[in-house]
Amino acid sequence: MGAAVETVDRTAFVDWLQRIGDSALILGHRVSEWCGHSPALEEDIALANQALDLIGQCQLWLGLAAEVEGKGRTADQMAYLRDVAAFRNALLVERPNGDFGQTLMRQFLFDAWHIELLRALRSSLDPRVAEIAAKAEKEVAYHLERSAELVIRLGDGTAESHERMERALALLFPYTGELFMDDDVDRAVAAAGIGPLPSSLKPAWEQTVRAVLAEATLTWPGEVYQHKGGKKGVHSEYLGYILAEMQFLQRAYPGATW
Amino acid sequence: MYAQIVKSEGAKSRDEMSPEEIAFQERIDRGEKIEPKEWMPEGYRKTLVRQIGQHAHSEIVGQLPEGNWITRAPTLERKAILLAKVQDEAGHGLYLYSAAETLGVSRDELLERLHSGNMKYSSIFNYPTLNWADMGAVGWLVDGAAIMNQVPLQRTSYGPYSRAMIRICKEESFHQRQGYDIMMKMCAGTPEQKAMAQDALNRFWYPSLMMFGPSDKDSVHSAQSMAWKIKINTNDELRQKFVDQTVPQAQYLGLTIPDENLAWNEEKGGWDFSEPDWSEFFEVIAGNGPCNAERLGARVKAWDDGAWFREGLMAHAEKAEAARRAAVVAAE
Repeated sequence: MGAAVETVDRTAFVDWLQRIGDSALILGHRVSEWCGHSPALEEDIALANQALDLIGQCQLWLGLAAEVEGKGRTADQMAYLRDVAAFRNALLVERPNGDFGQTLMRQFLFDAWHIELLRALRSSLDPRVAEIAAKAEKEVAYHLERSAELVIRLGDGTAESHERMERALALLFPYTGELFMDDDVDRAVAAAGIGPLPSSLKPAWEQTVRAVLAEATLTWPGEVYQHKGGKKGVHSEYLGYILAEMQFLQRAYPGATW
Repeated sequence: MYAQIVKSEGAKSRDEMSPEEIAFQERIDRGEKIEPKEWMPEGYRKTLVRQIGQHAHSEIVGQLPEGNWITRAPTLERKAILLAKVQDEAGHGLYLYSAAETLGVSRDELLERLHSGNMKYSSIFNYPTLNWADMGAVGWLVDGAAIMNQVPLQRTSYGPYSRAMIRICKEESFHQRQGYDIMMKMCAGTPEQKAMAQDALNRFWYPSLMMFGPSDKDSVHSAQSMAWKIKINTNDELRQKFVDQTVPQAQYLGLTIPDENLAWNEEKGGWDFSEPDWSEFFEVIAGNGPCNAERLGARVKAWDDGAWFREGLMAHAEKAEAARRAAVVAAE
């Protein structure tokens, strides 16, 4: 354990780790809802693979959160035994799947942020954070390559696919702002050299998104109202249903091992 | 094995065969593999398309009963394992559609036949998965029964099918182990968990026995397929082997196989057991199983809802190709 961890407020650090881990978990859950129902066999395979990556990353982030917390909890207990208000994921990832275009657009907007976060975390002063980020970055680079490519092809495909992607962008863009808003938790973690300030990731994200949208013949939405709350535990109504489903067995049969 | 009733022509005697057919049969008898561009009887090609197609469809429909529990998997590790397993199944579908394509039928054509009800998938996937132990039972029994049939098919006469089966078998044995691992956890767990495990076995036992298809004495299509080495063992042989393998595994778990007639037969060196209710089997095949409408409905919906997506990708590919050609012309 490095000096970074000794100086940072432990509660803030746990909170921050949960933000990353919970976003991976909830997005992994949403993506896994497609299993067997996607528009092509190749997509079924790719989506399962992506969900698998995200669940794997969530295990590492929440495992570290539990370790830093030091109360003997496990990643599973964090995932399965917290209620809505204790979840720290971004609102973007709990948005419903919608049509396949919305699922892809959500993924692209998230991946473009995720990759910047992980790149920045490779130089974290906490070696455990740097290590998880290095592993996840390889996976997410592929997620981004795939989601960007599909957004381009569908944006610049048929009139219908173009229209659907424009609609998806309009629906989801208002949930991206939260990813770049700095608060006390972020500042504490940044001051300790553990992670970047979210706002510092914005220029690179915007560059990626603008370039892909341009190639996809889609319109950069510009300044629109941005929702927030997920990082602080104030969620949409959707998260309660996600957790009710995800946590059912652990809640119905407390203490059982599976 | 997910092809239970595959129509094929009746076996021909040597006198009825043309010289080409005799030469073909001799190659098979020598254990040679038949490859895509080589001559083959039309009946061989058609039977293989039906069998491989049915198997491929079963893999993709088979994603659904297990996919039903991914979002409710009780731990992150179980969730990851289940995701990996369902992903493997989609991958198996892909190998098998590719094997079928070497016989001149496209994946889209096969899917069209599935969606219109002209091609079947295994009856087993028309049963619901109702509790978490069903994920164990599916791996243990359903994948176990599949392996029983697929291991010999690694030696099938058609090269691409044989190679697909070799890859698939490696993954299936991992699936079966993970299923049994879930059953062990459930049986060593709370009384409620053990009850789930017994309930899962009760519901999946007979449908698993049905996976091998009707008894040989009622199976009109076997003889020619066996001569062609498209089918290696009879349905009854494989079913017996499956029961003999599974009974001690159930005993180890402390579960009761739901068959009053189950008894060790010293003379045959195997277990005597009750036949499944074949009238139920034929009803399920005819579309009247508990989940037929949901399973096929989900696949048709996925395909129809995804039409705009596939068309969008095609349109983009055409635009990109046109732009590439224009660039070549401009460069000249």
